[in-house]
Amino acid sequence: MLLSLAIWVPIAFGVLVLLSRNESLQRSLALGGAVFGFLVTIPLWTGFDLANPGMQFVQNIPWIARFNINYHVGVDGISMLFLLLNSFITILVVIAGWSVIEQRVGQYYASFLILSGLLNGVFAALDAVLFYVFFEATLIPMFIIIGLWGGPNRVYAAVKFFLYTLFGSLLMLIALLYLYSKSGGSFAILDWHKLPLTLGAQKWLFFGFLLAFAVKVPMWPVHTWLPDAHTEAPTGGSVVLAAILLKLGAYGLIRFSLPILPDASKFFAPMMIGLSLIAVVYIGLVALVQTDMKRLIAYSSISHMGFVTLGFFIFNAYGIEGALVQMISHGFISAAMFLCVGVMYDRMHTRMISDYGGVVNTMPKFAALMMLFAMANCGLPATSGFVGEFMVIMGAMKANFWIAFAAATTLVFGAAYTLWMYKRVIFGAVANEHVAALQDLNPRELFVLGVLAVAVLFMGIYPLPFTEVMHGAVNELMRHVAVPKT
Amino acid sequence: MKALYLIIPLAPLAGAIIAGLFGRAIGRAGAHSVTILGVLVSFISSIFVFVDVLNGNTFNGNLYTWITMGDTAVSIGFQIDRLSALMMIVVTFVSLMVHVYTIGYMAEDPGYQRFFAYISLFTFSMLMLVMANNFLQLFFGWEAVGLVSYLLIGFWYTRPTAVYANLKAFLVNRVGDFGFLLGIGLVLAYTGTLDYQQVFAKAPQMAEAITLICILLFVGAMGKSAQFPLHVWLPDSMEGPTPISALIHAATMVTAGIFMVARMSPLYEMSEVARSFVLVTGAVTALSMGLVALTQFDIKRVVAFSTLSQLGYMTAALGASAYSAAMFHLMTHAFFKAVLFLAAGSVIIAMHHEQDMRRMGGLKRYMPLTYWTLLIGAIASAGIPPLAGFFSKDAIIEAVHEAGVVGAGFAYFCVLACVFVTAAYTFRLVFMAFHGAPRFDPSHPPHESPKVVTVPLVLLAIPSVASGWWIGQVVHGEYFGSSLVLKPAEWHGLWAYTLHGVMAPPFWLAVGGIVTAYFLYRVRTDLPKKIAMAFGPLYALVDRKYGFDELYSRLFAGGSLLLGKGFWKGGDQTVIDGLIVNGSARLVGWFSGVVSLFQSGMIYRYASVMLVGIVLLTYWFLRN
Repeated sequence: MLLSLAIWVPIAFGVLVLLSRNESLQRSLALGGAVFGFLVTIPLWTGFDLANPGMQFVQNIPWIARFNINYHVGVDGISMLFLLLNSFITILVVIAGWSVIEQRVGQYYASFLILSGLLNGVFAALDAVLFYVFFEATLIPMFIIIGLWGGPNRVYAAVKFFLYTLFGSLLMLIALLYLYSKSGGSFAILDWHKLPLTLGAQKWLFFGFLLAFAVKVPMWPVHTWLPDAHTEAPTGGSVVLAAILLKLGAYGLIRFSLPILPDASKFFAPMMIGLSLIAVVYIGLVALVQTDMKRLIAYSSISHMGFVTLGFFIFNAYGIEGALVQMISHGFISAAMFLCVGVMYDRMHTRMISDYGGVVNTMPKFAALMMLFAMANCGLPATSGFVGEFMVIMGAMKANFWIAFAAATTLVFGAAYTLWMYKRVIFGAVANEHVAALQDLNPRELFVLGVLAVAVLFMGIYPLPFTEVMHGAVNELMRHVAVPKT
Repeated sequence: MKALYLIIPLAPLAGAIIAGLFGRAIGRAGAHSVTILGVLVSFISSIFVFVDVLNGNTFNGNLYTWITMGDTAVSIGFQIDRLSALMMIVVTFVSLMVHVYTIGYMAEDPGYQRFFAYISLFTFSMLMLVMANNFLQLFFGWEAVGLVSYLLIGFWYTRPTAVYANLKAFLVNRVGDFGFLLGIGLVLAYTGTLDYQQVFAKAPQMAEAITLICILLFVGAMGKSAQFPLHVWLPDSMEGPTPISALIHAATMVTAGIFMVARMSPLYEMSEVARSFVLVTGAVTALSMGLVALTQFDIKRVVAFSTLSQLGYMTAALGASAYSAAMFHLMTHAFFKAVLFLAAGSVIIAMHHEQDMRRMGGLKRYMPLTYWTLLIGAIASAGIPPLAGFFSKDAIIEAVHEAGVVGAGFAYFCVLACVFVTAAYTFRLVFMAFHGAPRFDPSHPPHESPKVVTVPLVLLAIPSVASGWWIGQVVHGEYFGSSLVLKPAEWHGLWAYTLHGVMAPPFWLAVGGIVTAYFLYRVRTDLPKKIAMAFGPLYALVDRKYGFDELYSRLFAGGSLLLGKGFWKGGDQTVIDGLIVNGSARLVGWFSGVVSLFQSGMIYRYASVMLVGIVLLTYWFLRN
C-alpha cells in the first residue's frame, strides 16, 4: 500500500495541478504533493526490516490476467533508498522553480510530479511489463520538460534524448518477451532470477538489456545525448535527469542483468569494466576542457556514473555497495551542482565559464555552499562523494590493482575539472559589471542548497544508515550471482 | 579521560563553526576569543592527556562505526599513545601561538573572522589525523588539512597568484593522495581491516606486496610533506597569509607525511627497498631545496625552501629507520620554523608588506625583539648547540651514516653537505634583512610589532632553545615505547653528546656556513652577484627551482588539456556524434529518401516501374 502511495500520490497531485487554473494554487498544490509524496516514502526506511534480504512492502494484484501481467511492486535494500531520494529531490525541484518558472507553471509542475511518481514506479516494479511501462513513460515528461522550458537548442536536445533512449530500450522489450516465453509465461522479475539459461542465450539477452541501460547510465560510448540534454534542460530538468533518471540505467543493470544473466555478466565483466574506466578517465579529461558549466557538470556526471558500473561488475560486496552509495550520493551532489549553476544562470543568463569571475565578492554565501558541493564532487572525505568512490576503489583493489589504479585517477582529474571551474567562476577579482551587480542567495535558494549541504555532509560523516539497509539484499545478490545458471 | 580525548578535537571545531557561521554576529573580538578559547581548551587538555600517557595510560578505541562494507566495519576512533600525545602537544601549542599572533597580523583584514574559522578548522582536522586509530580516519584528516590549506592559500581570493597557487597545491597533493589511497586499498585487500593494530598484527599477510604498499603510502607522504618531485606546491603556498605559512606549511600539516610513515614504522621495517627509496628521496629533497633557498630574495620563500629542506631531513631519518629521530626533528623544527616564519611575518608587517630582502637591511635596530627571536630560530635551524636543531639534526645525520640500505652513502653526503647550506641560507637571511645599511625608504621607518605578535614569538623561541635537551629520552631513550619501532642506541648523557657533536664534522660545517654567509653578505657584499654571474646557467637552474614548475605545467597540465580536447572534439563530436549518431540519422534520412521515391505521386513513374516489373516477372515465369 505504501509503495502505491509513493507512486500515485505525486501523479494524482500532478493531475490536480493540471486541472487547476490559478497559478498560486498550482504552486501550492505542487509543493503539497511533493512534500506529501516524500512523507509517504519515509516509512519505507523507518519500517524497513534489516534482517529480511527479500522484497518488502509487497503488493501484487492481477493487471492483465490473460498475459499474466500483474501490478506487482515491492522494494529491497537495493531499491528502497531510491524512492526516498527521488521524492526528496522532487521537493527541492519544486521549490527551486518557485519564482523562476513563469510560463505554463501548471504544466511544468505537473510534469515533474508525474515524472516523480513514474520514477518511483520504476524502482518499485517487480513485474517486467510494469517496469517497462514506467521506464518508457518517464521519457515523456522529461521530453516535455526539455522541449518546452529548455534553452535555445532545446528541440535538438529533446529529440536526441528521446530517440537515443527509445532506440536503446527497444531491444530490451524483445529480451523481456524472450524471457516471458522461456519462463513459461511469467513476467515476474523475481521468477526470472531463478530461470536457468544457457550462456549463449544469456549473452544475447545481456546485449538486449545493456543497450537500454547503458544509454540511460550513460556509459561510454552512448553518452553523447547527456551533455546536450543537460545544457538545454531547465535547471529542474537537469537536476532530476542527473539525480534520478540516470540511476534507472544502473538500477536496471543490477535488477535485470546481474541476477538474471549472472554468467553472461561475468563473461562480459572485462568489457564492462573497460567501458567504466574509459568513462572515468576519458570523460574526466573531456570535462576538463569544457567551456560551458552545465556541459562540464554533465561530463562529470558521466565520469561519476562510471564508478557505479565499475562497482557492479567487479562482483564483490565493496564494489556493489559502493556503487549503490555512489548512486545516492551522486543524486545529492549532481543535483546541488546543477542548482548552483541554475542560481547563477537565473541572474546572468549565461552558462559560459568565461562570462564569470570573482562571484565570491558579490555572493559569499553562495560561494561557500558551492565550495562544499565542488569538494563533494571531487570526492573529499566527510562528504558523500567520498564514500562511494572509496568503496568502489577498495573493491576494485580486491579484484585487480590496475583497475583500482585507473579508477583512482579520478582523485586528480575530478579535482582538476571541478576546482578549475570553481576557480575561474568564483575566485578572482570581479570580472565585469554583471558579476558586480549579482545578489547573494535569497532565502528560498539558501534553503534548497542548505538542505542538500546537510545531506551531503551527513552521508559523508555517517554513511552507516545508508549501507546497513543494503547488506541483506546485496549479500543475497552476491550469493545468487556466484552460482552458475547454465 | 575519554571525554577529554573528545574535547581535544571538538573544541577547535566548535570555535571554527561559531566563527565561521556567525562571524558577523559575534564580531572580530568574538571570533578571535571563541577560537582562541577552543584551542586553549584543546592545548590544556592535551597536556593532561600527555601527562596521563607518560604515566602509562594509553588508549585505543572506536568512537562510532563509520560504515560497514560487506562484512568489513570501518570506524572513527582514537589511538592515544606516546606518538600521538606528542603530536597533539605540538599541534595545539603552535596553533595557539598562531591564533594569538593572527590578532595582530590580520588586524586590518576584512576576512578576519573567516581566517580564524579556517585555522581552527585546520586544528581540528590535524588533531583528527594524529589521533586516528585507523587508515580511514587518517585519510579523512589528511584530506581535510589539505582542504583547509587550499582555502587558506587562496585566502586572498582576488589575487590571481593566490588562486593559482591553491589550485596547484590541491592538485599536487591529490597526486600524492592517489598513491596513498591505492596503498590503503592494498592494505585492506590483504588484511581485510583498516585498524592500525589489526593491520600490524596481520602484517605478515602483506609480505608479498609490502614494498609496493610502503612506497604507495609514501607517495602520499611525498605530496603532503612536499618531497621531491612533488615539492612544487609548497613554495607557491606562500601566497597565503604568513600565520598559516607558519602553522600549516611549516610546523604541522606538512609534517603529516613524516608522522604517517613513523606511525607505519612496523610496515616500513619489513621492506628495505621502500626504506631505501624513502632515504634517497629525503636526502635529495634536503640538499636540492636547501640550494634553492640560497638564491631566493623573498624572505618568506627562503623560509619556505628551508622548510622543504628540513622535511627532507626528517624523511631521510625515516628511511634510515630512525623514526624517533625523525619525530624529534619534527618537534624541534615545528618550534624553530614557526619562530622563523612568524618573525618573518613580523618583518613583513613592519615593512608594509614588502617581502624582498633586497629592500630591507639594518632592521635589527628597529625591531629588536623580532630580531632576537628570529636569531634564536636561525641558530637552532643552523644546528648550533645548545639549541634544539643541533640535537635533532645531529641524531638524523648519525642515523643516516649508520643506515645500511642502498643509497645510504649518497644520502649521507647530501645531508652532510646540507648542513653547510642550511647555515649559509639561514644566516644570509639574518644578515641581509637585519644587518648592514637600511635599503628601505627612510621616510617610513619600520617599527616593532605589537605584543600579540611578539609574545607568541618569545613563547615559541623558548622551546626552540630548550626542546633539544630532551633528546636523551626521545631519541635514545624509551620515550616512544611501543608506539614506534626503535633502534637501540648507546647514550652517555647530554654533555657527552654535545661534546661529541662539537668535535664532529656537522658542527664545523654549520659554523663554516655561518662564516661564509657573514663573509658574503657583510664583508664582501659584491661577491654574491659575481658568484651568480660566474655560475650563470647553473645559478639560473637553481633559481628556477630546476625547472619543475615549467615541466609540470607543460607536460601534465598542457598534456591533459590536449588529451581532453582530442577526446572531446575527436572522439565525442567527430566519431560518436558525427559518424554514428548523426550518421545513423543521415542513414535513416537517406533510406527514407530512397523509399519516398516509390511514393512520389507521379503516375508515369509508377507506370514505368510497373512495366519493368511486368517484364521481369514475365521473364522469370518464362524461364521456368
